[in-house]
Amino acid sequence: MAEPQPVLEMTGIVKEFPGVRALSGVDFRLFPGEIHALMGENGAGKSTLIKVLTGVYSLDGGTITLDGESVRFGSPLQAQQAGISTVYQEVNLCPNLSVAENIFIGREPTRAGRIQWKRMRKEAAELVDRLGLDIDVAAPLSSYPLAVQQLVAIVRSVGTGDRDGAGSGTKVLVLDEPTSSLDRDEVLELFRLMRQLRDEGVAILFVSHFLDQIYEVCDRMTVLRNGTLVGEHLVRDLDQVGLIELMIGKALDQLEELHEHQMRSDVGETLVRAEGLGRTGGITPFDLQINKGEVLGLAGLLGSGRTELARLLFGADQPDSGKVTIGGKQVSMSAPNDAIAAGVAFCSENRKSEGLVPDLTVRENIILALQAARGWTRPIPASQRDELVAKYIKALDIRPADPEARVGRLSGGNQQKVLLARWLITQPKLLILDEPTRGIDIGAKTEIQKLVVSLSEDGMSVLYIAAELEEVLRLSHTIGVLRDRRLVARLTNGPEITTSKILETIASGEHQ
Amino acid sequence: MTTTSRWRALTHHHLFWPVAVLIALLLVNVPFTPDFFSINMTDGHLYGSLVSIVLFGSPLILVAVGMTLVIATGGIDLSVGAVVAITGALTCSYISDQTDQNTLSAVFLAMGVGLVAAVVCGLWNGFLVARMGIQPIIATLIIMVAGRGVAQLITDGQIITVNSEPYKLIGGGYWLTLPFSIFVVAAVVAVTVALTRRTALGLLVESVGGNAEASRLVGIRSTRIKIMVYMFCALCAGIAGLMISSNTSAADGNNAGLWIELDAILAVVIGGTSLLGGRFSIGGTVVGALVIQTLTTTIYTIGVPTQTNLVFKAAVVIVVCLLQSPKFRAKVFGAKGPKGPRRDAAPVEPAPAPDAAPKMEVSR
Amino acid sequence: MSATTQTPKAAPSGSTAPRAARLLGDRRLPVLVTAALFIAMYAGGLSRYQNYGFAEPQVFLNLFIDNGYLLVAAIGATFVILSGGIDLSVGSVIGFTTMFTAWLVERQGLPLLLVVPLALAVGAFGGFLMGYVIHNFEIQPFIVTLAGLFLFRGLCLVISKESISINDASVGTLAQTRVSLGMGDLSIGAVVALVVLAVAAYVLHYTRFGRRVYAIGGNEQSALLMGLPLGGTKIAVYTVSGFCSALAGLLFMLYIQSGDPLHAVGMELDAIAAVVIGGTLLTGGSGYVLGTLFGVLVLGLIKSVITFEGTLSSWWTKIATGVLLCAFILIQRTMTARRKT
Repeated sequence: MAEPQPVLEMTGIVKEFPGVRALSGVDFRLFPGEIHALMGENGAGKSTLIKVLTGVYSLDGGTITLDGESVRFGSPLQAQQAGISTVYQEVNLCPNLSVAENIFIGREPTRAGRIQWKRMRKEAAELVDRLGLDIDVAAPLSSYPLAVQQLVAIVRSVGTGDRDGAGSGTKVLVLDEPTSSLDRDEVLELFRLMRQLRDEGVAILFVSHFLDQIYEVCDRMTVLRNGTLVGEHLVRDLDQVGLIELMIGKALDQLEELHEHQMRSDVGETLVRAEGLGRTGGITPFDLQINKGEVLGLAGLLGSGRTELARLLFGADQPDSGKVTIGGKQVSMSAPNDAIAAGVAFCSENRKSEGLVPDLTVRENIILALQAARGWTRPIPASQRDELVAKYIKALDIRPADPEARVGRLSGGNQQKVLLARWLITQPKLLILDEPTRGIDIGAKTEIQKLVVSLSEDGMSVLYIAAELEEVLRLSHTIGVLRDRRLVARLTNGPEITTSKILETIASGEHQ
Repeated sequence: MTTTSRWRALTHHHLFWPVAVLIALLLVNVPFTPDFFSINMTDGHLYGSLVSIVLFGSPLILVAVGMTLVIATGGIDLSVGAVVAITGALTCSYISDQTDQNTLSAVFLAMGVGLVAAVVCGLWNGFLVARMGIQPIIATLIIMVAGRGVAQLITDGQIITVNSEPYKLIGGGYWLTLPFSIFVVAAVVAVTVALTRRTALGLLVESVGGNAEASRLVGIRSTRIKIMVYMFCALCAGIAGLMISSNTSAADGNNAGLWIELDAILAVVIGGTSLLGGRFSIGGTVVGALVIQTLTTTIYTIGVPTQTNLVFKAAVVIVVCLLQSPKFRAKVFGAKGPKGPRRDAAPVEPAPAPDAAPKMEVSR
Repeated sequence: MSATTQTPKAAPSGSTAPRAARLLGDRRLPVLVTAALFIAMYAGGLSRYQNYGFAEPQVFLNLFIDNGYLLVAAIGATFVILSGGIDLSVGSVIGFTTMFTAWLVERQGLPLLLVVPLALAVGAFGGFLMGYVIHNFEIQPFIVTLAGLFLFRGLCLVISKESISINDASVGTLAQTRVSLGMGDLSIGAVVALVVLAVAAYVLHYTRFGRRVYAIGGNEQSALLMGLPLGGTKIAVYTVSGFCSALAGLLFMLYIQSGDPLHAVGMELDAIAAVVIGGTLLTGGSGYVLGTLFGVLVLGLIKSVITFEGTLSSWWTKIATGVLLCAFILIQRTMTARRKT
């Protein structure tokens, strides 16, 4: 089949943020009538590329060609008018309005300024019908589950092109993680719609963390890593192991050398036992056991359920099923307080939104967890507090070593250390670290990894989540492998466990 | 070198601007009333403009101090004016029912009744906000509307006058040459500072207001803290209610504490506490309340018609809010100013930030 | 939503979900509740004060005559609240308008024909300014309109500390004019209020502007991403509110025939209460001006009932308003909580 002209071509795209080059010279092309997956781990630049394409971010370099014409979008609205529509994971519609209104708002059919409701409903119903959906367009959007709202968002973006003056219709449909919280049947319905639109000639850019979905619905994929293009492949030409290699970015044999065995035969008795713990839309029920002094690493791609698992073990989200025992006692896990009281600590991957209180000082942030556990009536005596804070600032080498500094002004690495210090002074039994080394400099990274080893030697259990497999491999006694929101394997670390072995497990989804 | 750095440190102190405004306002008076700063002793009582500013500003300071904590948790309490009226009404109606209004025990009991009612109002507000999850503006609107009716119900629509010497002391009496209310204010401020800074309450309040989700994940029981703070705020309003009714020896369900909630919020904002919650400063609030009172006094002394008071107040609100608005500062002073957080759409964190982690909030 | 898990195609279009549940989720429910409450109260009044002339149609019509200005103010507030904002300056703008017009007519001797558009323009401009600041500097509406409250009340006092009574002949004639409906009369003020109601209902339902108000109240972020002009709509909403407040001020001036710096103190609370009791979500995005009408009528009826009762004092109005407010806020809360699950 001779390749047709691409509908969209992005060449040499550069996007910079203060201090960061998020995209350096990325090429990307999209053909009409294809579903194209954009793949990459955290920091690869997927979101940035999409935002540049849809006019959310301005361009620092490179060109965008749409239908052979060079374009430059100043706002999402301009991109939309040119025929590029986007549907995000969070449904960006108004739940309080009817389905028909959501499809048409901003361009309702009017006569002499009066909205023609009947005509609008009729046209909406026709559109919905043509796309093979069965939705009552007069009902309020909020009466439908998220999956249907997602479909309505797609109908809206398709409809946008249909009516606007240009008459060209939607050429490019960007679906940014639309499937994250849908169940299997809902995903199937979404795919059916995607295929229908593809067959009508729409070019679809699809982002999903679910490998199975990529292989199920996509024709072609582009892989990004660290803001550069790694490759463009037909889906049928690239197997899952190959894809993961491209995403993670190192050839498998290279990885072997980095692997130092973290071996300890003397791990203690069981500390944490989770049975059938799960949450709809979060993670499929799993069994898990963590021993005293053990480092359990979680390996899996972005969005595979690593964070969701950790949050359930901390009571940050309420589980739908299962139970957790810590030190032999069952813990209710209805709120983080329960987990904290049982000796669990959790450093979230979102330092800013879920960890730090940016207006407070380093000292205040460090003592926050301990103080919360003591209650407001029993403040930590000033001398003891200052001593503790000074000790941890020194031990973790937090800079500036000023307990009065506002934590919001610290660098990422130092902020992470403040969070670590916050939990370490509570002397937890299980420390959950979700991507503790993300976005921090290499020095701080090594220090944190060393700290994990020494903590585990002192008998603390650690649940360690990191995107980099070698990091997980280097630190963990045991490795839990996740794929598509499921804990698929539990590997005991040893000479035979290599990154390629883990990759294979992720790719195949089962323990061989 | 050191003087400039010291000057920088001074101007960056959180109390610098409120105090500077206060001093400037006070100085404005001098050309008009040369003896503005002089304080005389008459009949064993101290008199002078400064004393009267503190005296007349006392109820506002009290309400504003309570309001500070509520705002620090990210909330707001519109009901304080109504609580002022209810407390005054209950206390005065109890005292006026006594055959001997000068009995100390009866006065104490009356004040106790009034303050308990105030705290109950606070508990209700706190319950609606923290347990029911209703927006603070809406939740406290209920008592703001109904409270005045309740106060009038208690006073039977009349202005109840009392003639009780011990009760008169709180808002209108003198002690150790100074107005007694100054001591009450000092005590309440001292207790508040002790309560927030000697215990961990202040830290936890700032944490809840500064980042609610992080506070939840660190195990802070924010429900309790919020309820407590609303109760405390109502208690402060109650004491202010006692003071106002004592000063006039009367309870006026309709007009006592009218608009004091707005003045209090203004005082808190001038004092440097953000309406979004987080860091708070009791000292700043006290200065803020004094600024408002001084403004009123100044307008009076410099001979501007007193009725323009509200226009000036409006100007102050607008100026303070515009100065606190990052967008306004960016537009007027350019985005380069070192002060104030820049709120760019672009991520500030290094490498990985542009690709945000999957957000799980959606499925919750 | 178990019915939809099988496939979204089978999404319920009405028959699958239990009727009771659907009714509970219906946006019109709060309006119906308020209407029912009004009818029940009215029926109660009929049976209780049968012999005191409560059944006279004029008693019913007086609700409109006595509360016309509140209705207009509440309609303005409805726009703001639907868009997710709040306007605390309503009472002050009303008070200011009475002072401003009384002063112009009585002290400056300007003809009413000139004064009316001038007053409306000032009110609308005030609203426009507040909307401009709210949108462009991202300051909370609460605090900006608080400044407006102070400003307009202060301007009242700047005009005069004393009440100005209006003896202008044209005002007197206008105030006395009655429109006969056969069963009773309506004042000019009441007619104007009803016209405003009709216009507001049309604008909110049949114009793109009206639907944008709902969209922004429903989800501001989404509205922006859907390409709706956020700033213009927000500023327009506050302008509408300022205009309605000024118009309410004119009606109040007609009703009471004087200007007074203390007129309509706290009326923003009555207006907000009427809107909420009328079933509009205080968080925005859901509600009807028709509900606001019933909200105003309920508040007005409380006042009439208290008058008819004779022994009850006026402060029961406030208490009853507060209790109703509380009840409706709790109803709203349970409804929104339901919708989220």
